[in-house]
Amino acid sequence: MEFLSYLISGISLGSVYAIIALGYTMVYGIAKMLNFAHGDVIMVGGYISLLSMTALGLPWPVAVLLAMLVCTVLGVIIEGLAYRPLRSAPSLAVLITAIGVSYFLQNSAQLLWGASPMSYTPIVSGSVQMFGGRLSISYVSLLTIAMCIVIMAGLTLFTGKSKLGKAMRACSEDKGAAQLMGINVNLTISLTFAIGSALAAIAGVLLCSFNTSLMPTTGSMPGIKAFTAAVFGGIGSIPGAFLGGILLGIIESLAKAYISTQLANSIVFAVLIITLLVRPAGLLGKYVPEKV
Amino acid sequence: MAQILNVENINVYYGAIHAIKGVSFHVDEGEVVTLIGANGAGKSTTLQTISGLLRSRTGSIEFCGENISRLQPHKIVERGLAQVPEGRRIFLQMSVQENLEMGAYTQSGASVERDLERVYEQFPRLKERRRQVAGTLSGGEQQMLAIGRALMSHPKLLMLDEPSMGLAPILVEQIFEIIQGLHKGGTTILLVEQNAQMALSVADRAYVMETGCISLSGTGRELAESDLVRRAYLGG
Repeated sequence: MEFLSYLISGISLGSVYAIIALGYTMVYGIAKMLNFAHGDVIMVGGYISLLSMTALGLPWPVAVLLAMLVCTVLGVIIEGLAYRPLRSAPSLAVLITAIGVSYFLQNSAQLLWGASPMSYTPIVSGSVQMFGGRLSISYVSLLTIAMCIVIMAGLTLFTGKSKLGKAMRACSEDKGAAQLMGINVNLTISLTFAIGSALAAIAGVLLCSFNTSLMPTTGSMPGIKAFTAAVFGGIGSIPGAFLGGILLGIIESLAKAYISTQLANSIVFAVLIITLLVRPAGLLGKYVPEKV
Repeated sequence: MAQILNVENINVYYGAIHAIKGVSFHVDEGEVVTLIGANGAGKSTTLQTISGLLRSRTGSIEFCGENISRLQPHKIVERGLAQVPEGRRIFLQMSVQENLEMGAYTQSGASVERDLERVYEQFPRLKERRRQVAGTLSGGEQQMLAIGRALMSHPKLLMLDEPSMGLAPILVEQIFEIIQGLHKGGTTILLVEQNAQMALSVADRAYVMETGCISLSGTGRELAESDLVRRAYLGG
């Protein structure tokens, strides 16, 4: 029973990682860049939702929608101002810019809302009791897992069936050829950032509901872990990000429970390294050799 | 005959390298015009400039009477100019049908189904493989897909960049038969080729490019019979 409880908390933690990783992986797949500021967009989503609930007194679904809206706009602005001018620059320049944007967001948050942690009331409280109270699953956990499945299914449908989603896949394969099809590549990249940032807002709300606290650096560690999850599952692959996120959450939760709380993060990253040694493209990533 | 494309004095640079030096030429409606020349002469660069992927520092590119030299590539496709790029560049991880759908990106809903049928009729092999991932097609099939994909946008002008590249001789003939078929059907074509003999055999008019300049022009037959072209590009 104890194991089941750790497993479920691992899956729900993993669901948060998966939602963040989906944003990472979509942006990487289409813009071919690592948006290291993604984790900090999560933090902004957390603050916006918290302030709309406390300062504005809005009900939580409205607060979540508002956070999604703000993060979407923020994501599109970041892309347009910081990344678009570097579209043909070396990838190292883009990477450093992304780290810069990450610090910019953290410091702006510190300036606006202070460095000390704020307490975050989970958007839903309570839990389901099972097996005569021996297993308790919080509603936040259930909501997180459900959200993750809905998002994953939605994105799979969107990229598989819709015209815009297919255009995104075309851009991810070959931007030049996509332009020759009449696809507006800049608009498609903006749209990708919009979707990724809206997902980051949802992840922010769920993450803060787990942690019940929020500070300007809240997004960093989950951001890096979600990035790990995306690489673990195969960067650029949507099912890969999902699988990577869930597995990472489970590994972290079980390592904390049975091995050591202090070592949990090390174990997570060790698993990543071993996986990449065996499968350099990640679990579901495709290693595509150049066809000549 | 109405002029469909008029390229006037374009100059294109790759950094400090002056790749296209004051090139001018035109294509009339219903014609097949070919640009031939050696590797590195600037033929593909010229096509990419017309498509808007590269920019010319000077001059103008008029398409159906409109200067398109400052338009974004996707806007140029909307105007009715399609390019089959060098090396085919089909979307290898997408299905054959999805590739064709991407070709119809600028078209609206209802006509796409009809156009799919039309392309499948022309290339039955693509229909058999429509659910297959495009990366699993053979080289010849990939070239057919690239041409079919470009036709999905109802182009007023179809630009083909080295369609014979990397194909076995029998497939090259097949591709040129397709080009002739399109010409008979009324499609205007600008063809870039290293295979000068084949290109000149289907072209109404031809231009020879050398190190970024147009060095010769004439009808397909004139150039095929010209001593200079024979020696330089036709092997004797």
